[in-house]
Amino acid sequence: MNNQPTIEERLWEYIDGTCKAEEKTFIEQLIATNEEWRAKYQELLEVHQLMGNLELDEPSMRFTQNVMEGIGKHHIAPAAQSYINKRVIWGIGTFFLLSILGFLIYGLGQMDWSSSGDSKLPIDFSKFDPSVFLNNTYTNIFMMVNVILGLVLLDMYLGKKKKQLKKFNTGH
Amino acid sequence: MNTGPNDNEIISRVLKGEQALYAELVKKYQNFVFTICLRYAPHREDAEEIAQDVFVKAYRSLADFRGDSKFSTWLYTIVTTTCITFLRKKKLEVHSLDNEKVFEVADSRDSGFRANHVEQKSKVQMVNEAIKLLSPDDAKLITLFYKGEQSLEEIGQIMGLDPNTVKVRLHRARGRLKEKMEKYFVQEVKDIMNQ
Repeated sequence: MNNQPTIEERLWEYIDGTCKAEEKTFIEQLIATNEEWRAKYQELLEVHQLMGNLELDEPSMRFTQNVMEGIGKHHIAPAAQSYINKRVIWGIGTFFLLSILGFLIYGLGQMDWSSSGDSKLPIDFSKFDPSVFLNNTYTNIFMMVNVILGLVLLDMYLGKKKKQLKKFNTGH
Repeated sequence: MNTGPNDNEIISRVLKGEQALYAELVKKYQNFVFTICLRYAPHREDAEEIAQDVFVKAYRSLADFRGDSKFSTWLYTIVTTTCITFLRKKKLEVHSLDNEKVFEVADSRDSGFRANHVEQKSKVQMVNEAIKLLSPDDAKLITLFYKGEQSLEEIGQIMGLDPNTVKVRLHRARGRLKEKMEKYFVQEVKDIMNQ
């Protein structure tokens, strides 16, 4: 496929003023000396000028009034930036990361490393028993702590949002 | 359209509670917003409904306008998303270049023009009629570039495209518009060229 710009594309860039200075000079020379380029340039310039004459349509006379009546029923919503707290996002991220890390460390700690000597793989997956990790009092405690932490974070986030909305509504 | 500090000043006052001032912004941009909506919804009633929805949405989200871009660029982004949502909801028939119906519409309009209006129609009318034969995206692109005072970068921001892609699409859209004018308004184009 030929990716070289066509005469039209180059001329449109020249007309729009988006081409580089050297290209502009080069096209100017071509228009001055080459009949084909000159004719094409005149043709495109005509279209360009016609498009500049495009007319905008007008809505009905009551349009502004209708919009103003429409917005009368609404309040300006608080900026998204104000209620999206980066610290909350970071907190949630850290919480999940710590959970994964905790599971990994605990899981690796439960592995019987001495029996993997005969196996080709450093970890013998045939002996992997997930029930060891899940049916354990310590795991349950760990999970409970994580859930409570998660709920506390969610409560903090919702509380903040509620406060902001209350403040916004009383301000208007 | 004069954008810049005036718009920002109005916005900050509206945000402080002077709701009535929002009418200034509506008056300033209503024709442009309505024209873009008409590119998507050919019926004036539908276009007006979308345009109103655009201004209400813009008002509700006004606090989100940070002034990083021109207000018009931000507003036209809302126009684009609202028009697409409206089309999805109503499943309106959209003019498409690949659609045979467009050419039927064009033919019917064309015969009408030839029979009655060829003599009276001005250059401006001709372009306005030709642009209606384009796809909504092509028509919007040309309108944004020529009447919306938006740069290629800003159009890219509005349409969610890379500025280079916008440039290529604009070239193609203008080419298609030229084709339409040549195909359906041959005599008029000749007259214009000979003037």
